[in-house]
Amino acid sequence: MIRARGLERRFGETRALAGLDLDVPRGGFLSVAGPNGSGKSTLLALLAGLLAPTRGSLEVDADRAEIGYLAHEGLVYRELTAFENLELYGRLYRVPERRERIGMLLERHGLWDVRHRRVSAFSRGMAQRLALCRTLLHDPRLLLLDEPYSALDDAGARLLDAHLAELAGERTLVVATHDPARLRPLASAELVLA
Amino acid sequence: MTYLGDVAALARTSLLLELRSRDTVPALLLFVVSALVVFRFALPADASDLAAIGLLWIAVVFTAILALTRAFVAEREGRVLDGLVLTPCDRSAIWLGKALGVLAFLLVAEAIALPAFGLFFAPVDGATVAAFLLADLGIAAVGTLLAAIAAVSRARELLLPLLFLPLVIPVVVGGVGASVEPDPGRYLAFLGLYDGIFAILAWATFEYVVTE
Repeated sequence: MIRARGLERRFGETRALAGLDLDVPRGGFLSVAGPNGSGKSTLLALLAGLLAPTRGSLEVDADRAEIGYLAHEGLVYRELTAFENLELYGRLYRVPERRERIGMLLERHGLWDVRHRRVSAFSRGMAQRLALCRTLLHDPRLLLLDEPYSALDDAGARLLDAHLAELAGERTLVVATHDPARLRPLASAELVLA
Repeated sequence: MTYLGDVAALARTSLLLELRSRDTVPALLLFVVSALVVFRFALPADASDLAAIGLLWIAVVFTAILALTRAFVAEREGRVLDGLVLTPCDRSAIWLGKALGVLAFLLVAEAIALPAFGLFFAPVDGATVAAFLLADLGIAAVGTLLAAIAAVSRARELLLPLLFLPLVIPVVVGGVGASVEPDPGRYLAFLGLYDGIFAILAWATFEYVVTE
């Protein structure tokens, strides 16, 4: 599913990622840990196709429609409501029966009652839940989650645990985290970036 | 139909965001009317209407820069542009949807600017209105592409006018020519040709602007 050899990414003089070899099979669950600035977010952006490698090779066996990417930012419009954002993304991702799918995700992530509220009025935790809904909306085959537990309260984190447990094995997951112990029961491999 | 549906959804989003925030259109209206007031006092009393027409085009070009500077603000916040680029929709649909939004804002600005010009100087004729409509198409097409280039760069406030002004010179040449020449046909045709060429170029190259 994912194969990288000698993967390197530079931003000017700064080397964000250096000589990484990586294999993630279909259905694999890779947990990516490391301190701030170790290249976790860069790796996920490379896998999503947002960045191109400076050196080395990278093969990702999934097209854009099959990738769900959760970034630090929500990738949603602040002045649209939660529902309007998901409606727009649902259309662009060609989600069948998207209103039902959107309703199910909002309900599950505890956002149904605030679906007509603008994102600018959301707390950070609510915005993160919405970002998760956007990432999962098109039922992607490959999930790239950059610190998905960030800003979630205990209930939100438990919900995400349950969601990841459902997806593990069925979908390919690459999850960057500062808390690899939390993912250890689910992860099939662990990568620690220095 | 899917492509046009995506374009419509993205253009509707641009208009909805403006309706909610009212960040751009009021600023454009204020700017273009203020510029015309300044020009009214700057021109000597015996200046010809031809000079005034030239200033009207300058006011509209600078108003367009203001509109284009704001064009991708909502997409920069929260990295929405990355989110849109990752969807499987044709990336040129993002450009076209945004260009239609910019076009709508320019049309609203000119709906106020042209009557205001008539009030301060002299009424504009049909050829001038046609020239503005054609110029708006070209400005929206090329300007939206340049606004996207600027949006993904660091010196965006500096870069946009530096890229836009040289490329909009043919629009000013065609627009002023259509406004002041007795036979505006060839100038209008020139503006139409500019629109066609730059719309195709922007449509074909947008993907390379927003991806590495």
